[in-house]
Amino acid sequence: MALSMAVKGKLISVIGDEDTCVGFLLGGIGEINKNRHPNFMVVDKNTPVSEIEECFRRFVKRDDIDIILINQNIAEMIRHVIDSHSAPVPAVLEIPSKDHPYDASKDSILRRAKGMFNPEDLVR
Amino acid sequence: MSGKDRLAIFPSRGAQMLIKARLAGAQKGHGLLKKKADALQVRFRMILSKIIETKTLMGEVMKEAAFSLAEAKFTTGDFNQVVLQNVTKAQIKIRSKKDNVAGVTLPIFESYTDGTDTYELAGLARGGQQLTKLKKNFQSAVKLLVELASLQTSFVTLDEVIKITNRRVNAIEHVIIPRLERTLAYIISELDELEREEFYRLKKIQDKKKIIKDKAEARKQAALLAGQDLANAANLLDEGDEDLLF
Repeated sequence: MALSMAVKGKLISVIGDEDTCVGFLLGGIGEINKNRHPNFMVVDKNTPVSEIEECFRRFVKRDDIDIILINQNIAEMIRHVIDSHSAPVPAVLEIPSKDHPYDASKDSILRRAKGMFNPEDLVR
Repeated sequence: MSGKDRLAIFPSRGAQMLIKARLAGAQKGHGLLKKKADALQVRFRMILSKIIETKTLMGEVMKEAAFSLAEAKFTTGDFNQVVLQNVTKAQIKIRSKKDNVAGVTLPIFESYTDGTDTYELAGLARGGQQLTKLKKNFQSAVKLLVELASLQTSFVTLDEVIKITNRRVNAIEHVIIPRLERTLAYIISELDELEREEFYRLKKIQDKKKIIKDKAEARKQAALLAGQDLANAANLLDEGDEDLLF
């Protein structure tokens, strides 16, 4: 039962600041599993980078998560971990946060795409 | 160089046919792989432009969502902790389908809702309208992000596959086909060499035979001159006897 559930509906997880997390939770993606592990992580300015890294690794390892949303400014902090994650699933998506606008040139995926497209297309 | 890198094979007609067949196979395979790489590349470009488009759109949607969050907070007051503490089961989940491009399976994510809204009663006292709007905005953001995620996953997968395919195409084009061609050239040159040798041998034999014949002729001529008519010499075996019939 639990296995078929895990195969069927995958989760979206969020690593972000409080407002981003609250927004997406209200959107209805939050879940706490039987072991009381949430699928989101709230990062504030006091959160150490090692904790974010560890959380990201844990999300990548969980097989019921298909998409990881992460604020771009937080992604920037653990860029090396994100760059080393090259498997297609779970997909890591960088999203803008409330107080950091989206910068296409920092995105891991778009940076990989840069070699194939001319840079003018990327900066709009 | 040209003689070095070739298959270790004994030069014979059979081997030549074999290598010819392999060369034809390699060329066919090269053509097919090239076509596959092109098909993947077309899809790849399409996905890439879509990703860029969706990413810019995402910026807009997220801005809108963040703004509606601020609006809701303004009317309802701070509800962050309430929301963070009351998480139970996910309402939006993802299921993945498979799409097939030239033999490559690409995962396509699709979001669906099941279960009830955990925060149904949030904002009951005040700011309900803003909260509803906020939920709707974030749900549409999630939908867009799921779409973007499937594009991105396809992108990563295709990137990998294209690299492998290109590597194969290049290996066939620059290593395997030249090697087969060199082997073929080697076999042909060896066979030609053998043929020339054979021809020379035949010539030599012909010459030898001619010399022997000439010598015999000369001897005959000498004997004739010496007065011995060999042609009219009496045959020892033929004594002109009548056949005896009993």
